Amino acid sequence: MVSEATNTRQKSVLWDWLTTVDHKKIAILYLIAGTLFFLKAGAMAVMMRVQLIAPEMEFISGQTFNEFITMHGTIMLFLAVTPILFAFMNFVVPLQIGARDVAFPFVNALGFWLFFFGGVLLSLSWFFGGAPDAGWTSYVPLASREFGGIGIDFYVLGLQVSGLGTLVSGINFIVTIINMRAPGMTMMRIPLFCWTTLVTSILIVFAFTPLAAGLALLMLDRIFDGQFFIPGEGGNVVIWQHIFWIFGHPEVYILVLPAFGMISEVIPAFSKKRLFGYTAMVFATLIIGFLGFMVWVHHMFTVGIGPIANSVFAIATMVIGVPTGIKIFNWLFTMWGGKLTFNTAMLFAASFVPTFVLGGVTGVMLAMAPVDHLYHDTYFVVAHFHYIIVGGIVLGIFAALFYWYPKMFGHKLNETLGKIMFWLFYIGFHLTFFVQHILGLIGMPRRVYTYLEEQGMDTMNFISSIGAFIMAAAVVILIINIIYSALKAERITVDDPWDARTLEWATHTPVPEYNFAQTPQVRSLDPLFYEKIHGNGKMKPAEPMDEIHMPNGSFIPFMMSLGLFIVGFGFISFHLDLFISPYIWIAVGGIITFGSMAMRSIKDDHGYHIPKETVEEMEKELS
Amino acid sequence: MAEDMEQPFEKSSMSNEEKRKINREQRVQMIAFAVMIGLTLLAFIAAGSDMLPGTFTIPFILLLAVVQLFLQLYYFMHLKDKDHGWPNSFMISGLVLTAPTIVALMLLIGIVKF
Ligand code: HEM
Ligand SMILES: [Cu+2]
Repeated sequence: MVSEATNTRQKSVLWDWLTTVDHKKIAILYLIAGTLFFLKAGAMAVMMRVQLIAPEMEFISGQTFNEFITMHGTIMLFLAVTPILFAFMNFVVPLQIGARDVAFPFVNALGFWLFFFGGVLLSLSWFFGGAPDAGWTSYVPLASREFGGIGIDFYVLGLQVSGLGTLVSGINFIVTIINMRAPGMTMMRIPLFCWTTLVTSILIVFAFTPLAAGLALLMLDRIFDGQFFIPGEGGNVVIWQHIFWIFGHPEVYILVLPAFGMISEVIPAFSKKRLFGYTAMVFATLIIGFLGFMVWVHHMFTVGIGPIANSVFAIATMVIGVPTGIKIFNWLFTMWGGKLTFNTAMLFAASFVPTFVLGGVTGVMLAMAPVDHLYHDTYFVVAHFHYIIVGGIVLGIFAALFYWYPKMFGHKLNETLGKIMFWLFYIGFHLTFFVQHILGLIGMPRRVYTYLEEQGMDTMNFISSIGAFIMAAAVVILIINIIYSALKAERITVDDPWDARTLEWATHTPVPEYNFAQTPQVRSLDPLFYEKIHGNGKMKPAEPMDEIHMPNGSFIPFMMSLGLFIVGFGFISFHLDLFISPYIWIAVGGIITFGSMAMRSIKDDHGYHIPKETVEEMEKELS
Repeated sequence: MAEDMEQPFEKSSMSNEEKRKINREQRVQMIAFAVMIGLTLLAFIAAGSDMLPGTFTIPFILLLAVVQLFLQLYYFMHLKDKDHGWPNSFMISGLVLTAPTIVALMLLIGIVKF
């Protein structure tokens, strides 16, 4: 085949994937790694629900429960949902803006490997004296060196390494969207998913830096005898809460904004209408991004900061409801009067809207500072954020998965299995989390490993656990679907199987490694749809056919991340009794990382060119 | 292609117009640098002299700091030049986001201690 002529095809499969800098392959790496972490954290959730299915169960111990609850939250937020969102951002954004790759392909690969090694470092904790157990928020003094176990060290360093990966990927996406747009693709023509990716990336840059600082302080406290958070020595525990939530609230918007973007792509495609109120959507996204930084104290209402501060932050929090409401109405109006097709992707996307509204309503309830003293640290909060995270983000991810799957893997997912999965997941989700509102209101505290009989909590906990099992069954069906479709589904050969509107559907399936043989000329919002109506259905090229400059693959990102992983382990091993001194780990890791960086700086790498003839032949073969 | 990039360039490809611009830019940078040194000296003198009361010195050097920041960003880091819309908007949004955060933290942690 001609396509074998290009550079990456000449490598062995494993080496190709380890060294790839192609945004489409990195997307698939993110998707696989994120899914594995998702399954791991999901299994923990199921075990926690087994423990809570009846009063005074003894399925797992309280200590294990604490470790599960911490790892479940930490993994889901940092190592499952974030990478899966990055997978779609990586795959789709360059295609949607008509680019050949992201701005810094090398940094893209680095971001993936840093995330991956950070996740592995965190997971290693199971083999060295137990996982972190102070909750995903890791509040001091519970997490201080006096009271927190060795697991917290893994939390601190694992998140530090993977957070670095998230940070560099965020920078990469900002530059990509600003600099790599095709001719004619103005800022007000980029699809909404690109806008939400841009705003999310900005939030990452502004929010992951405080997290890195906070984690560094906690590391100094725990490993190097610092006293930032130790009151007896002049420190202040509340500073940790502030730093954590200055990061933490933007983080929840980092997660939900890309899901908004996915929904805004899927709903117009299956309503056969343009997105209602594109401009309003863009500005709502920007405003949400901004306000996301002004509300962190709503997680600390019960700390005792005082009525004035609480009121200010309560009002700021409620204000976010306004731009969010604008978005909800825009999705509804997009569907209004459209020619709706309810396939699996659209079912997930459409059901996102009401569940997300429920989560928003409880959010505004929680924002009322005086009543929050009742809600705080009960299952009501658990219900709130799961309505947002599962009912919002995860549904969005499933919609995106079913929607973009044909472009990514060359075949659709099975619709029958998909619909069965949707209904199981949707019913299971509401069973699990709706009753948790009421559990919270009657006083069940969160993060407890058991409860007593005769407090009116038995039935609802039972229902909640059954719901969780149904959700788990839905995920199993999704996996069956993926395997079944990979073996049985009909291969997609057309470029645009959904009759959609945006540029990614103007590329061939499978997408050649250079994406667009000729950069497309964009003439409107929803460029492909415009060409279908006003042109011949194909994008007009903005440049003549020519040879294409591509970046070389590189193993350096892997090595740089491996080095940091070893350094991180070295810091942790100050608290471990290993036969190798921590200083040796740190030195070895440091040499690997800085050596790789030096190599990258010294060795010139100008990439390679795909000759014009090969491009022409590949184009002929694919169309 | 790739081979060409390793070749050194023999002579500058800039036009005279561009060269003149670069020269002017250099002069502006020098002046900005001198002004900044002057401001720093002023700050040192204000802080070191016994004659000025603290109530004057503190706001005064804070004001100097703001001027410095502006000079650094706009003259040294080229925010004033054209085609710097994106860097400008990122810098400004960074300031707009961090300023209230820091003020809130100072008010909260500095006064009520949490
Ligand atoms: C209309 C928008 C929202 C409002 C008004 C809101 C409000 C709140 C409030 C006041 C709390 C603190 C409750 C307490 O601890 O007593 C809270 C907790 C939480 N919210 Fe939201 N929220 C909103 C949207 C979101 C979104 C979009 C997400 C996620 C993507 C989210 C995730 C969370 C999480 C994870 C927590 C619990 C954190 C913890 O204590 O571990 N919220 N929310
Ligand atoms: Cu929040």
